[in-house]
This record gives sequence, structure tokens and C-alpha cells, in this order.
Amino acid sequence: MISIKTSNLTRTFGSNTAVDKLTIEIGEGEIFGLVGPDGAGKTTTMRLLTGILDPSGGEAWVHGKHVVKDSESLKDDIGYMSQRFGLYEDLTVIENINFYADIYGVPRGERKGRIDKLLGFSGLAPFAKRYAGKLSGGMKQKLGLACALIHTPKVLFLDEPTNGVDPVSRRDFWGILYEMLKEKVTILISTSYLDEAERCRRVGLIDKGRLLRCDTPAAIKAEQGAKTLEEAFIRIITQQGQITNPLSQIPT
Amino acid sequence: MNLVRIRALAKKEFLQILRDPRSLILSLAIPVLLLVLFGYALTLDVDNVPMVIWDQDNSQTAKHFILDFHNSRYFKIIGYYDTYQDLVWKIDTGEAMIAMVLPKDFSRYLGSGQPAPAQFLIDGSDSNTATIARGYISSVIANYNQHFFAHAVAGVTIVNPQPVSFKPRPWFNPNFESMIFIVPGLIVVIIMTIAALLTSLTVAREWERGTMEQLVATPVRPNELVVGKFLPYFCIGLFDLILSVIMAKFVFSVPVQGSVALLFALSSLFLCGALMMGILISIISRNQLLASQFAILATFMPTVLLSGFRYPIWNMPAAVQAVTYLVPARYFIVIVRGIYLKGVGIRDLWQQALFLALFAAAMIFLAIRKFKKKVA
Ligand SMILES: Nc1ncnc2c1ncn2[C@@H]1O[C@H](COP(=O)(O)OP(=O)(O)OP(=O)(O)O)[C@@H](O)[C@H]1O
Ligand SMILES: [Mg+2]
Repeated sequence: MISIKTSNLTRTFGSNTAVDKLTIEIGEGEIFGLVGPDGAGKTTTMRLLTGILDPSGGEAWVHGKHVVKDSESLKDDIGYMSQRFGLYEDLTVIENINFYADIYGVPRGERKGRIDKLLGFSGLAPFAKRYAGKLSGGMKQKLGLACALIHTPKVLFLDEPTNGVDPVSRRDFWGILYEMLKEKVTILISTSYLDEAERCRRVGLIDKGRLLRCDTPAAIKAEQGAKTLEEAFIRIITQQGQITNPLSQIPT
Repeated sequence: MNLVRIRALAKKEFLQILRDPRSLILSLAIPVLLLVLFGYALTLDVDNVPMVIWDQDNSQTAKHFILDFHNSRYFKIIGYYDTYQDLVWKIDTGEAMIAMVLPKDFSRYLGSGQPAPAQFLIDGSDSNTATIARGYISSVIANYNQHFFAHAVAGVTIVNPQPVSFKPRPWFNPNFESMIFIVPGLIVVIIMTIAALLTSLTVAREWERGTMEQLVATPVRPNELVVGKFLPYFCIGLFDLILSVIMAKFVFSVPVQGSVALLFALSSLFLCGALMMGILISIISRNQLLASQFAILATFMPTVLLSGFRYPIWNMPAAVQAVTYLVPARYFIVIVRGIYLKGVGIRDLWQQALFLALFAAAMIFLAIRKFKKKVA
């Protein structure tokens, strides 16, 4: 079953096209990686698909709901973690989680079980009473994930969730994502770490709003005869002749 | 509308206010400070008008006349001089507001039953105070005359020194104390400004901090968000009001004559409109600095200048008068002064209350309509 489907999805800001005729299909329970240099249009794509930004052209459906026409009922089915930390730094970990549980209308009966589970596998339990602003970078991101998962969404949008997070915390973070995949959650994740992209079932490489490649990591590497995804992406982007110094654009 | 969500939003907002010293100061300390500061600074009472004197006559009669000014609490004699230059200099420097000159023949005129001239130079730069001071001079002289006729010239028969005796009996504020007039109006200014200023920050702050992007990606509805944000500030507003009423009574000795319950009921209506106006400004601007500046501009200025708080509306040009109908404080001032000074009830105030209700309804409607769950 298709979980995310876009057709010529486009968004312009003045003369700048942030997302350019994007057409993709992502299946249910799939983890799809969105990679590309700074300003490629990753965040804009996420915002279009979560219904918090209207497209200038084209269409998109998430979990069968149109992102413009059904943008409200869509919100019940999705979880979103914005690129910038979006939780309340002056509330504690547990206050943030409870707040989102109320906002999503998580039934009282199920709440305690879910919160305990999320606190447990995110390792946040000992910090429940700490202010979110006082958490380390990795802990903040796990809290963001816990809040996005509190209502067990069908589709999860994660915008560079592991940016600036240490390797151990990143591994924990991916551990949680694999748990979600077992429950058939569809995950769209943008990342600038190509070892993370390698863990996705498929990746989409975008640059200047355009989708340059969309395939499994293995297929992309084979196509370019490259050993790593990083090498493959650099070749693809250089072939486009659009970026003069690719190394400065794609962090490793 | 989902009550659980509204409660969650209100609780969250409340915790944030409690934990942010800046917003606590703004919501609790500033209103008290403003009330005290403006309460004393804005009083219209003119007491202790500084006065300089040139007594050319130097007679017992002149001294007696001067004593009347000396004994009045309205004047304060700050010096005696014997040239015009000195008098003018004192007025120019602002040390004195009035200079009194009694001519050489002052006592001779009085003794012979003729009108005696006395010259008063008044600094008219502040025409209001000058007018009031002039009134005081007249009343001191009138008093002097009365006593003069009664005692000084026993030999002369004067049938009726005062054909019409004017004994005013002012209502509502019998001693003409401006505190009683100013303080209730000041409460209106403070509530309006603080309410709009506080809420003007809330939505904009969330956009600036990035928490709104997260929140608009949830099923929260605009009306829930607006109401949830409104509730904690409504409590703060009521608290400020209680504080103001208590201070008015115990610091300024201005008690409520009418129904306190009615005062609070109608204040709630006004508070609704003011808070929602702040929220609306915040929603539209999405920027804290812009929103707070606009909120102050849109509330403080009209409330001070166009509500009748300090300047009577009937004294304004017609065009300006027309504008005042759009200032909600205009209606609320009538309500507050009515309840405070005259003890009037809802029968006399329902029209003003209706306007406040309309204003609040319009602000609620616009705030909910203008809130868009879109990042751009
Ligand atoms: N609200 C906006 N107004 C104007 N331009 C915007 C806006 N949002 C994004 N853009 C522009 O659209 C383009 C794509 O931006 P976007 O944030 O989607 O890129 P990104 O891939 O997420 O980059 P990064 O890796 O830096 O997060 C950029 O050129 C950006 O300047
Ligand atoms: Mg981005």
C-alpha cells in the first residue's frame, strides 16, 4: 500500500523554487531517506507533506489524505519533528510529553503505558523532571521523537533529527526507528549523514528542489560504480555540473 | 472545541508565565508601578502654588492681606522682593508661578472705602494650572472682602456686600479631589495596555522559538489555541484588577461606591477584548518586537488621549470625537467612573457594556480567523 504519494509537487518562494516538480511514492512501513545539500528543499518537502505549508503546484497525499484539502484530518495520522527543536524548553520532559498527549487526545487509559514505553526506550526516564532546555542535544532529539510518537502515528516525518548528535545517541535513535518500522510506521527522514542514508530502504537525492535519484542505496552505488553512498552522491551532483565544490556541500 | 486541548494549552502557557521572570514582572509588578507613578504624577490638584511678593505698601493692612495667602494651602510664599526684575526672574526660572504686587497706597485706598488695586502676574504657560491658580486667588480675595465688610468697617453701612451668594454643592466628588477622578481612569489605562502587551507576545514568541511549527503540525484547532492562550492571561488580568482596586482604596483612598460585582463583571468583558486584541496582533505579526510595539501604540495612546481619561471628549473637535467611538476604553471609562464615583448600576451602563461585548466578540472572531496553521 502507498503511504506517501506526490505528483509534480512544487513550492516557490518568489523566484526561488524550493521544491521542483517532485514526484515520489513511498510504501507503507518503508523508511525513506531524503538527502541533499543545504537549501536543497528537504525541509520545504517535509512541510508540504505535513500540511503546514501549501504547495504552489502539484499534489500530494499522505496516508490517503490530500495535504491541502484534508490537511486537518491528516494531522491525526502523522508525527512531525521539525529541524529546529520545537518543544518547550521551559517545560520539563514529562510536561512536554503530557502536553502533546493531551493535544493528540491520547486516551487516559493508554497514556501511562505509552509514556513509560517511550521514556524507557529513549532512555529519558531518569530525566523526566528535567527542563527540556537543560537536556543534551541527543536527549532533546529523543524527546522530540517521543512527543512525535505519543499518538502512534501512521507516518513519521523527521527533519534532520540526528544533526549534531553524538554517534552513540544516534545509534539509540535509530534503534527506536527500527522499533517503529516493526509496527508498520512509514518514516520519511532527512539527513546529512550518509551512513544513516545507507540504513534507509530507499533514498531520494535532491538538489535545488529537484529529485536527482530515487532508489535503494545498493542500486545507486552500483549505478555509479561507487563503494559508498557518499562517493555516488558526489558523482551524481558533480555530473549535474551545478556544484563546484561538492565536498563542502555534503557533510560526512 | 476540545476541552482537553484547551486545558493543556492553558496549563502550558501558565507554567511558562510562572517560570519566566520577565513576564511575571510585566504582569504583576508593572501594573502596580504604573498605578503609583501615574497616580501621583497625573493628579490635577493644584496645591502649594509657589508665589513671590513685592509689598510696596508695607502696612499692617497689607500684611494682613498677605497672611490670607500664607494661610491658604493653595499657595506657598517663597520670597519677598522689591523690584520687578526679581519677580520676573523668579517666574522665568519657574521657581514661582505667581507674583503679587501690592502698590504703595494699598492700605490708604482700603481705609477710604475705595477699591484697592493689587497686581498678580501669573505664569500662563500651563494654562490649566494657571486658570486653577487664578481661581484660588479670586477665592482668597473674595474671602478677604467678606471679612473686611463684616469687621473692618463697622462704621460704614453696607446693605448687602454679596447680592448673590454662590454656594456650590458638587456631587460625586465633593472635595474636587482629582485622585478620585484619575485613579479609576488609570485602572482602565493599565488594564488595557498590560493586557494587550502581555498577549501580544504569546503567539509571536512561539513562532520565533520554533515551537509553533511543531504545534501547527498537530490536530489543534485555531479556536482551541486562541482560547487556551487567552485563559491564563485572563486570570492575570483579573488579578491585576483586584490589585488595582485594593490599591485604589488603601493607597489613594478611592473606594468603589457602586457594586464591586458589577465592576468585575464588566471589567471581564473589557479584559476579554483587550487580551484578544493582543492575541490578534501577535497572530498577525508573528514577531515579538513588532507585536509589542504595535500593541503599546494601539492601546496606550488612544486610551490615554481619546478615551476621556484626561481630556473630556466633548471638548474635542468633531472629527476626533468620531474616532473616539472606536476606542473601547471610551466605554469602559464611563463604566468604571460610573461605578466608582456615582455608584450607578447596569441600567445606566448597558449601552457601554454592549459596545464592550461587541468589541470583544469582534476580536475573538478575528483572532480565530487570522490564525493560520501554516508556516508561510
Ligand atoms: N519561508 C521561506 N521563505 C523564503 N524562502 C524559503 C523559505 N523556506 C525555505 N526557503 C528557501 O527554499 C530553499 C529550500 O530550503 P529548505 O529549508 O527546504 O532546504 P533544506 O534542504 O531543508 O536545507 P537545510 O539542509 O539547510 O535544512 C532555500 O533556498 C531556502 O532559502
Ligand atoms: Mg532543512
